Amino acid sequence: MSKLEAQRSWGERLILLVPYLWLAAFFLVPFLIVLKISLSHTAVAQPPYTPVFDVAAGWSGVIRALSTLSLENYALLGSDSLYLASYIKSLEIAAGSTLLLLLIGFPIAYGMARAPRRWQPVVFVLVVLPFWTSFLIRIYAWINILQRDGLLNQLLLALRIVDEPPAWLSTDTAVYIGIVYSYLPFMVLPIYATLEKMDETLLEAAADLGCPNWKAFWLVTLPLSRPGMVAGALLCFIPIVGEFVIPDLLGSSQTMMIGQTLWAEFFANRDWPVASAVAVVLLCLLVVPIVIYEQVQTRDLARGG
Amino acid sequence: MFAPWADPAARPLVRFDGVSKRFGTATAVERVSLDIFSGEFFALLGPSGCGKTTLLRLLAGLEMPDDGRILLDGAELTTVPPYRRPINLMFQSYALFPHLTVEGNVAFGLKQEALPKAEIASRVDEMLALVRLEGFAKRKPQHLSGGQRQRVALARSLIKRPRVLLLDEPLAALDKKLRSETQFELMQLQESLGLTFVIVTHDQQEAMTVAGRIAVMDHGRLVQVATPQEIYERPTSRWVADFIGEINLIEGSVIEMGRSGTVVASAAGRLRALSPADVKAGDVVWVALRPEKVRIAHEPPPVEGENCVAGQVADIGYLGDLSIYKVRLDNGIIMKTAVANVTRLVERPINWDDRVWLTWSSEAAMVLTR
Repeated sequence: MSKLEAQRSWGERLILLVPYLWLAAFFLVPFLIVLKISLSHTAVAQPPYTPVFDVAAGWSGVIRALSTLSLENYALLGSDSLYLASYIKSLEIAAGSTLLLLLIGFPIAYGMARAPRRWQPVVFVLVVLPFWTSFLIRIYAWINILQRDGLLNQLLLALRIVDEPPAWLSTDTAVYIGIVYSYLPFMVLPIYATLEKMDETLLEAAADLGCPNWKAFWLVTLPLSRPGMVAGALLCFIPIVGEFVIPDLLGSSQTMMIGQTLWAEFFANRDWPVASAVAVVLLCLLVVPIVIYEQVQTRDLARGG
Repeated sequence: MFAPWADPAARPLVRFDGVSKRFGTATAVERVSLDIFSGEFFALLGPSGCGKTTLLRLLAGLEMPDDGRILLDGAELTTVPPYRRPINLMFQSYALFPHLTVEGNVAFGLKQEALPKAEIASRVDEMLALVRLEGFAKRKPQHLSGGQRQRVALARSLIKRPRVLLLDEPLAALDKKLRSETQFELMQLQESLGLTFVIVTHDQQEAMTVAGRIAVMDHGRLVQVATPQEIYERPTSRWVADFIGEINLIEGSVIEMGRSGTVVASAAGRLRALSPADVKAGDVVWVALRPEKVRIAHEPPPVEGENCVAGQVADIGYLGDLSIYKVRLDNGIIMKTAVANVTRLVERPINWDDRVWLTWSSEAAMVLTR
């Protein structure tokens, strides 16, 4: 009996181990490699940095390696305002577009959840449909729309909203448009999922207790859809901070987002250690909001929420 | 005695005037006219899908009638939105706000009236004390038991001191013991607060226990509106008689109407029963008889003049307080009788296949025409 239980628990442990092994193999080990590179020196070599570990040298090799580890790459990030500007730019664009995504995504999700039951699968497919076209093609399509004699300017001129065709491409506006367009499903779907689950008798209860519909939206619908909004915001904010393709194709080359800076360091400058340091700092920046969110969650639970 | 419905001068608090409600092609409520008086504990009773909940939701304003009018205190209520009606509903699912604490749920209605904070707090405390939930103010609903959640829902719907409190199957989610305790608590609450309660239930025992008057509904129509005693002892149709409690129904035709009741010829012989005034000889009728009004014995009764039929015991159900005997009469009809087990030891208990005589007085049975 107890032997059987022990066996089963071993089987269970093995299954539980799978995701951890996955994370270790594809997240932790690569991260440690990047961390190691970020602490090494640039070199004209293949790969372009001095290897800090020499496994063949044994313990003495490890000790020698530790002594040569340097934080100078991180110091460089602080000394050159280019990096700080990139980080700030990335956070600014990510925060701004996440806000826009919330403002646009929530009404869409709300409309979807309130649509007649038989229409919901159709609307759902419509939201997911853009994924069936390659992401790159869709961004190139935006170049077409936003260029000087593109569709947007043609429309604005035809409607006599503007006299001179404004420049859209290579501006922050174009980056915002591209990001909001590309990430919208990631905001809409989690919010839709929470709204769709919401018990509609709660709104009837609110009305019964003297609360007009618009007020019930603020007092009941919005607070209850908070988990969906938080999930959607995290799902958008984190990848947007590291976004490379959209700002590279639609944005200006004056101020770069951190993804572009990283690309430049890695490919243009062949400075792997600095590129790795940029990546490590970026990761640390992104871990902060997740940890804060987790703590809020556990505190709510502990309070009996 | 409290019986405003019998007083033609009394003004109803709530009046349904020819109210109909359809969902697509299905009619949920059909031409219902009903008066409910201030201070009543009124029950809407019927099988599921009979329209009782729709009638309640019409009164709460959560549905709009297709036809007819609803009046409160003589004033038009039909077009008033739910959030302006001085009526509150306790939902069957309780519909407690999961993001608010017990306190937040109970205070919700008062906050909509923009009352001073101190008044809201004191009224919430008072209400939580009334439903014995003082220690649970800061809990979220999902951390309460079913019975506690039920009391939060009750407190939330009572706190605005509604003119009418509507209760939609309020006790359906509770276990049997808690349910019967809560029934008496509801009655005490209604009496002490002097409010008007309208309860929807499919449980006839619950309706009989709590309500002063019951409206029995079927297929969107009111079948009978009367006190529990009247509905039980004087049902107006076979359907009501069968829906409320147990009944023996014997079909027959009227032979004559005498001073000692109507004589009906049936397969069980000539039966005497009380009947409504509007029957005449030759009418097809049903003699209705409650099982507990039938006496069962091993010997025929010594006196003539009572209804008496003979048969054989086909089945016995022992319920503890009662024993139910199913007796097959000589002509094949099965009749039920319920006997209270008043003593623990019976000298000659009635057994399966015993030859028995069933007797009842003519006042115990009634003639139904529908």
